[in-house]
Amino acid sequence: MMSLRVPAPSSFNLQRFNSRALERRWKLGRDCLISFSPSFVENRIGFRVRSTKSEMAPFTAAEEETLPEGLQPELMPKHVAVIMDGNGRWAKNQGLQPWDGHRAGVEALREIVELCGKWGIQVLTVFAFSTDNWIRPKIEVDFLLSLFERTLKSELETLAKNNVRISIIGDSSKLPKSLLQVINEVEEVTKNNTRLQLIVAVGYSGKYDVLQACRGIAQRVKDGEIEVEEIDEGLIEQELETNVTEFPYPDLLIRTSGELRVSNFLLWQLAYTELFFAQELWPDFGRNGFVEALMSFQQRQRRFGGRKS
Amino acid sequence: MSSGISQLLEQIHEFSRRCLFRVISVGPLPIHLAFIMDGNRRYAKKRGLEDGSGHKVGFSALMSMLQYCYELGIKYVTIYAFSIDNFRRKPEEVKSLMNLMLEKIKSLLDKESIVHEYGIRVHFIGNFALLSDQVRAAAEEVMEATAKNSRVLLLVCVAYNSTDEIVQAVKKSCTNKLVEHSEGRDRDIERIQLVNIEETMQMRVAPGPDILIRSSGETRRSNFLLWQTGSSQLFSPDALWSEIGLRHLVWTILNFQRSHSYLEKKKKKPL
Repeated sequence: MMSLRVPAPSSFNLQRFNSRALERRWKLGRDCLISFSPSFVENRIGFRVRSTKSEMAPFTAAEEETLPEGLQPELMPKHVAVIMDGNGRWAKNQGLQPWDGHRAGVEALREIVELCGKWGIQVLTVFAFSTDNWIRPKIEVDFLLSLFERTLKSELETLAKNNVRISIIGDSSKLPKSLLQVINEVEEVTKNNTRLQLIVAVGYSGKYDVLQACRGIAQRVKDGEIEVEEIDEGLIEQELETNVTEFPYPDLLIRTSGELRVSNFLLWQLAYTELFFAQELWPDFGRNGFVEALMSFQQRQRRFGGRKS
Repeated sequence: MSSGISQLLEQIHEFSRRCLFRVISVGPLPIHLAFIMDGNRRYAKKRGLEDGSGHKVGFSALMSMLQYCYELGIKYVTIYAFSIDNFRRKPEEVKSLMNLMLEKIKSLLDKESIVHEYGIRVHFIGNFALLSDQVRAAAEEVMEATAKNSRVLLLVCVAYNSTDEIVQAVKKSCTNKLVEHSEGRDRDIERIQLVNIEETMQMRVAPGPDILIRSSGETRRSNFLLWQTGSSQLFSPDALWSEIGLRHLVWTILNFQRSHSYLEKKKKKPL
């Protein structure tokens, strides 16, 4: 999920010719593919870098990393959820454009997915795009969705090789057809993978999820399959979009950028989730931030309303 | 003599508190505060008190907090008194909690109680079928007795779980839709809208909380107001519930004011 504090894209900016800014952009472009939307080509230097490093290093069982010191394997969460906030602010702080922040965010996500796979976390859910984000400037929304499409296409082979299963949840009715096609393809190709399940929430909100579950139940009541009195928590859980996984309830939710809210991410599923709010912006989060969040999680006493003793 | 001094000190304290509140009120104030009152048993253990007395001290802390909220002009206060999950605790503890609750609910009916002094309307939210007849009757009596008050609305969540609240709301919406369908008013009963669910929720009597405060440093929501706190700010001070005081409230509100304009923009968004 992206922060709202993002200025609308400006026209041609002399600052971009500043050597420091150029160096930063080059470093950013070094490890990922840069492409430009047609309307901006005339305003920028055609600066294309295609990197050979854009693939994740494969994590096979032989290379499985031991956990960092301080983390205990038996206390690792099964399901981690992440609100990837702060790309816009990060870009602003660096003197870059918002879309550079989102690209840096993709890099940060790659790192976390790799760590989850190596450390035995079974499900990772990320909040990529909320229903609230639709009202951002069209150019940013279009960029985000096309970035998502490009990333899915370019990462498909690597993810398949690394035994990662991808599932997309959210209201797909507003997504462009090309993206929907790529999503279907990616879900189909990776559906039998078992090492890590990466759930990407696009066009998602917790209330929408409960509402669509409610509609599914109402349909079943209408068809005479169930009675109204039989509706219970288990039934709703079955109908929620997170039924794509065996572990729909996150043990740990991490939100970056210091905001202390869940912003309508998973609603029902977060009932007993431990929340961790990190000060860093998402592109800076990385391995250190993740280890800190996991350590905090392992020290917590989870009682689920009961008593410890 | 000493009582005169302590009275004077109390008045000075109250005066400076009101000045502080005046200063804070220059900025935007939250309309609705929600509290998870966690840490009573740990407090009793820490102070070497007997088991069960932590909750009594917790109740006094709650009364002070209500007073501050009233002085600040906060219109809605919600508290998590007893969760459905808490029924899983030892029977003796559940029984003593229920007895304490019954005692405190009945004390609200006194003429001198805080609810009448401050014009607090009390509303109980939860699955009443799980409560004993006595507690349920006392709760209904208090709701009726305070129905005319309007300065502050105090929502007490007893035998409550957010998931249970949602299930009840879903059941009611389905039933309503079935009735509409049978009366020929609505063909698509599976096209339930968000507003259909929200209008059947027990918490519909108040807007969503601006701030959710959980004491004792735990950072989770424990199945409390999941639907309503989507864009609420969450604070988890380390202090146990009975140690929560004016400074925590003021600090929380100052933090809220810092990010208020951003919150407001978010609230106006479509879902």
